[in-house]
Amino acid sequence: MKNNPTDEKKTRRDFIHITSGVTVATGIAAAGWPLIDQMNPSADVLALATVEVDLEPLQPGQSISVLWRGKPLFIRYRTEEEISKANDIDLNALKDPQPDEDRAKNSKYLVMIGVCTHLGCVPLGQEGEYGGWFCPCHGSHYDTSGRIRKGPAPTNLEIPPYVFLDETTIKIG
Amino acid sequence: MKNYYQIIKIFFISFILINAFLSNVFAAGSDAKITKMNFSFDGIFGVIDKASARRGLQVYNEICAGCHSLEHVSYRNLIDIGFSNEQVKEFASQFEVMAEPDSDGEISMRPAIPSDRFVSPYQNDNQAKAMNNGAIPPDLSLIIKARAGGASYFYSLLKGYEEAPEDKELSNGYYNIAYPGNVIAMPQPLYGDDVEYLDGTEASMEQEIVDLISFLAWTAQPELNDRKSMGFRVFLFLVFMTTVLFISYRKIWKKIKS
Amino acid sequence: MSNIKNGKGVIGWIDYRLPIFSTLQHTLIDYPTPRNLNYWWNFGSLAGIFLMIQIITGIVLAMHYTPSVEGAFASIEHIMRDVNYGWLIRYIHMNGASFFFIVVYIHIFRGLYYGSYKSPREVLWWLGLIILLLMMATAFMGYVLPWGQMSFWGATVITNLFSAVPVVGTAVVEWLWGGFAVDNALLNRFFALHYLFPFLIVGVVILHIVALHTHGSNNPLGIDRKGPQDSIPFHPYYTIKDLFGLSFVLTIFAAVVFYAPDFLGHPDNYIPADPLKTPAHIVPEWYFLPFYAILRAVPDKLGGVIAMISAILILFALPWLDTSKVRSATFRPIYKKFFWFLFIDVIILTWVGGSPAEGHFILIGQLATIYYFAHFIIFMPIIGIIETPKPLPNSISESVLNKPIKDGT
Repeated sequence: MKNNPTDEKKTRRDFIHITSGVTVATGIAAAGWPLIDQMNPSADVLALATVEVDLEPLQPGQSISVLWRGKPLFIRYRTEEEISKANDIDLNALKDPQPDEDRAKNSKYLVMIGVCTHLGCVPLGQEGEYGGWFCPCHGSHYDTSGRIRKGPAPTNLEIPPYVFLDETTIKIG
Repeated sequence: MKNYYQIIKIFFISFILINAFLSNVFAAGSDAKITKMNFSFDGIFGVIDKASARRGLQVYNEICAGCHSLEHVSYRNLIDIGFSNEQVKEFASQFEVMAEPDSDGEISMRPAIPSDRFVSPYQNDNQAKAMNNGAIPPDLSLIIKARAGGASYFYSLLKGYEEAPEDKELSNGYYNIAYPGNVIAMPQPLYGDDVEYLDGTEASMEQEIVDLISFLAWTAQPELNDRKSMGFRVFLFLVFMTTVLFISYRKIWKKIKS
Repeated sequence: MSNIKNGKGVIGWIDYRLPIFSTLQHTLIDYPTPRNLNYWWNFGSLAGIFLMIQIITGIVLAMHYTPSVEGAFASIEHIMRDVNYGWLIRYIHMNGASFFFIVVYIHIFRGLYYGSYKSPREVLWWLGLIILLLMMATAFMGYVLPWGQMSFWGATVITNLFSAVPVVGTAVVEWLWGGFAVDNALLNRFFALHYLFPFLIVGVVILHIVALHTHGSNNPLGIDRKGPQDSIPFHPYYTIKDLFGLSFVLTIFAAVVFYAPDFLGHPDNYIPADPLKTPAHIVPEWYFLPFYAILRAVPDKLGGVIAMISAILILFALPWLDTSKVRSATFRPIYKKFFWFLFIDVIILTWVGGSPAEGHFILIGQLATIYYFAHFIIFMPIIGIIETPKPLPNSISESVLNKPIKDGT
């Protein structure tokens, strides 16, 4: 390229316009972020993202539902029979194979999000062909470990993150 | 270019005039004496003094909370002024809130948790009225923004209790030189040594007032520190953008002007 | 760009069927603009930008706001404290309203100074005034939404103006309230209408632009363009100039939003609405103060309302009240002085509107109100007849090219 004065002038002029353009584009992008981020969960919603549940009053064979992050949470104190049914099974035959000990930190208590993995309905407890849960919307059957056995749902009922604070208190989230 | 300066001149003069009128309006019409004070959160780089705000929480909690609620603030917010998660949990647990109805429909009390709002000293407004001679003590969460004069007004108010002149009628009230009308229903709340600061600071009256104002300035504008630091960056960016656009503008218009 | 015209490519294909791209090209790129526009002509596009800022931030705020008397105040505090960047968005919306009015008032005074309302731009001027009226309604309803003390008592005072209407006044006010006082029903409908009106404004703005582009922009000389040498394309000359102006005003705007966000507001609006207690000193937002002063200047209830409404309606008749053939005040020595008198008069009205209605303020307010109307009804027609305008330049390009010689550079 020849280094004549008009060329140089032209490049310099272009440079300032490019700088302007980039600056304006940066400004618009930066202004856009607050408008997007405002839809994310707000501070008060995040503060409620963990709940503590006392399992003391639960008797074998009893379930409770707790609202956690706007969704129902099933907590069931399973009977011996239910636990053995959950373990006594051929994992390879399952649609979403997962052993029971991976699903319940303490095999007595099963903690799951009560939302059908098909299209988000709330399953009914102790119903269906496997004595676990049954979703009335499209007929998904879950077993006593909340695993999908029959019907359109693709995966097992989801297990939320939780820890046992002591024998009978769990912290979810 | 002449035109350009003219615009700036007219814009600013009218802006300043109108503002002068407006501020004149807000300050006018009262016999209140307000001392203009400087606080840590004033000015472009001013921020909330968090250590002071933490002491202010102690003043609020031990003195003001008996009568004044703080309904828009949650215990979890205290993390912003430098408390740890554990401290907030412990602080919250000394208060009681109503629990959800249990399976029999009974409502019991439970200790507060960080996500709860500051517990009000009253069940409802009518109770507040009944306990305070018919006047509801105002909620303090926004009080610094909700009074003309802001922080300086509260400084003056808390220091403004004086012996009433002989001719002043004080029915159910106290004489205060900073309060509009000079008769306030609230007795003097702070005298010095009202609290024993956990961090060992000497609790003089001046210190307590400043700390309380730091705390209330934070409850009214929890975004203040973020706002100012973001503002500074945005302002610098816009000055830069204005400059490059101005240069671009001059370059483009060169063809037309010559 | 030639693709648009000859119908090639995706853009051309669409444009052949729906001429949206060629319309945009005519409006924002090719639009022949007088070459001598000064910075006062920036305020039209600035107003458009502030309208967009208000609509965008407003939609966002509506996602978090609760229109009920129990929840409104707390939901604003929720936005300020808990929503991500909520404080920023709300402060922009709050102060954006003030800046929108500043910009539009400057835009109007620009029109008054350079005679932009004169033939053939009367309808353009009317549409602008309709935008102003819609803006005022929108701003007023928006100010009610936080449900603070000023919201509540402002709503009470302004809606009560309608009770001045003879015979049906009370019925009209109860219809507005949906009850017997300012309450939940009013808050709900104000929220609905506050959301709707900005889109009506957008509609009228589009008509305003169509009317503008029919005869083109006026210019500081106020003379018609004689040929292509008097015009330059909108892009890049005015796009860059508008961008620069926008950036400059945004810098001032940012200074207010970040460092004095409550400066233009009123402390009483941070106290939740209390129907049992009126604040000591009710003032509307600053942009209503001149009209508020006119309202209070007339001692009669109905008379005050009529005067206030007339203060804007009279502007509709301006193209005929101004009898001068010359547009720009640059060439009208007497009118130019009176223009500045009017400007000062409006500032005085603003000041009086914000002051308590007592003592000498009443008299000043009344004199300023009389002057305001006298300016339009008496002075403008007379000045147009008695004034001898300075000689007009032959064309814009001649004037532009002569200028450097005059300045001696």
